[in-house]
Amino acid sequence: MTTVWVPCDAAAVSVGADDVAAAFEAAGVMVRRNGSRGMLWLEPLVEVEQVGPDGTIQRIGYAGVAPDQVPAVLDGTAESIGPVDDHEWLTRQHRVTFARVGVIEPTDIAAYQQRGGFAGLRHALAQDPAKTVQDVTDSGLRGRGGAGFPTGIKWETVRTATSDLKFVCCNADEGDSGTFADRMLIEGDPFTLIEGMTIAARAVGASEGYVYLRSEYPHAVATLRRAIDIAYAHGWLGERIQGSDLTFDLHVRVGAGAYICGEETSMLDSLEGKRGEVRAKPPIPALEGLFGRPTIVNNVMSLATVPAILANGPQWYASLGFERSLGTSVFQLAGNISQGGIVELEFGVTIGDLVDGFGGGTLTGRPIKAVQIGGPLGAYLSPEQFDLELGYESLAAADAMVGHGGVVVFDDTMDAAAMARFAMEFCAKESCGKCTPCRIGSTRGVEVIDRIIGAPDDGVRRTQLTLLDDLCTTMTKGSLCAMGGLTPMPVRSALKHFPEDFGVMEES
Amino acid sequence: MAPKTSQREAGGTGAPVTPRAHAVRDVAERHLTDRGPLLPILHDVVSELGYVADEDIPVIADVLNLSRADVHGVVTFYHDFRRTPPAEHQVRLCRAEACQAVGATDLYASARATYADDDTVDVHEVFCLGNCALGPSALIDGRLHGRLTLDRVAALLGES
Repeated sequence: MTTVWVPCDAAAVSVGADDVAAAFEAAGVMVRRNGSRGMLWLEPLVEVEQVGPDGTIQRIGYAGVAPDQVPAVLDGTAESIGPVDDHEWLTRQHRVTFARVGVIEPTDIAAYQQRGGFAGLRHALAQDPAKTVQDVTDSGLRGRGGAGFPTGIKWETVRTATSDLKFVCCNADEGDSGTFADRMLIEGDPFTLIEGMTIAARAVGASEGYVYLRSEYPHAVATLRRAIDIAYAHGWLGERIQGSDLTFDLHVRVGAGAYICGEETSMLDSLEGKRGEVRAKPPIPALEGLFGRPTIVNNVMSLATVPAILANGPQWYASLGFERSLGTSVFQLAGNISQGGIVELEFGVTIGDLVDGFGGGTLTGRPIKAVQIGGPLGAYLSPEQFDLELGYESLAAADAMVGHGGVVVFDDTMDAAAMARFAMEFCAKESCGKCTPCRIGSTRGVEVIDRIIGAPDDGVRRTQLTLLDDLCTTMTKGSLCAMGGLTPMPVRSALKHFPEDFGVMEES
Repeated sequence: MAPKTSQREAGGTGAPVTPRAHAVRDVAERHLTDRGPLLPILHDVVSELGYVADEDIPVIADVLNLSRADVHGVVTFYHDFRRTPPAEHQVRLCRAEACQAVGATDLYASARATYADDDTVDVHEVFCLGNCALGPSALIDGRLHGRLTLDRVAALLGES
């Protein structure tokens, strides 16, 4: 019987994959549901298994399939894109964290193990926990949530803390616009995250874990819950994991629509059942985190990369990347882009190669005016900066940040002043309200930008621009967390690169 | 560490016990062994009873041994815990940056205007559904849709 793969990823479903899968089932073929390959402009991307010239099974891709094209796909008259594994968009990438996403059925634990799954955890169970922490440190892995803190150093702090109860928390509150890597990994290869968290628990002596997953991701919540049940049933979670002395229980907690809960201390308060308000640091969560206990808080991508590091060795991972940005990063091409999706590459790729090389320019076919990198708190960059190599330090030097790796493309119809205003408006809506620069400053920011846009003359505009600059400095230096502290980044970068949108004709 | 269940009546207020108060108490007690159970409780109240009513707050506070102010503070902090019965159809349109780059601002404004007088459709804004390469996106009655236009929203509402 013919086997057909139809993605179950939410992005594929959003353009009709479920209907396509139902149509194939009605046609009597075997339908399997994989995650998405990350070539989102081709969704629903259907793959039909065929025996290739060398006798192995190939998966031939058909892009943008609608239910009425099912007969044509099955009788071979539809136009194919060839073997999906050989697609240039994929062969040019270096997939480490996303190696299995789109290839296997997400909750097929046998397929997961056949493709290298649990090798990292087996390795961690066989060695001293301190060595596991050392391996993560030696790999150079840094936090993929945005801050870029060395993961191994955080783990060492938790490992050496004394407590009868420690936690591993995964921050899956992926609220940044233009980012969807956490969602796609959880929907496409959830055991990788479970394995990474279990390795973390083993390394630091934690017995309980929580994944804080946003309510805007209902598909991911369902897939992860199913995967956790399967992991328990196969002895990869719970008491005495695989006969070892490790006991680790993992829970999914669903967020409730608050962007600020992606900030780690807000997330911890939210997990405790409180308002998601930011905590002052110190104490750091590694020492006094969830319910006051030593807690690892890591992003999905950080934790999901750990199994590969343990399986292949820290030196292998550290040999990838450039400068102090080691390994690969999962970039996400989004917004007004012709070929959007997941591009996992070593750090050091240029913005231009991502948005033009992989992305193929804008969806509308108009020139690119700007890209915003790193979510709503990230900087707007102009095409003159497309030679910049992506890494933590290289972007920081350009007053920007890599953040969670989201790259949002805008064409020349974008109004930079409107986007700057939106940054302040968003901050006003989503501020937790605990500190004044963020809570009040954001509302004042909207007002000041409105006065700049509507300024009757240059004098008024100059006064208001001075006020805006002053306000941005106050927010940057005076806010408790990155929400208020980084909101000036999109505002200032929009003003710097596109002053004409604010009515500024020359540098004033 | 779970607080003890109070022996007081379901409402915890001396008021007559309503079927709703019973249901809310059942939901809350189901989560008593969880750590930090308030958010899971509120999610279940919304999914099973549609919204968090004022009368639910003292019941939950009583079960968790919290003050009403604590529970009220949490309910009002999060967007998801709606306080009024939902309309038949829920449209949650993304208006974050990536969707704005492909026209979400206009789509949101026109959808709000189109359904302003329609009691059966709620149109809300949401910031990012993780479908940023296929925007504009929305959750319509819990299902994710991409590449949306106003006509497509209307067609999807007609289907469901």
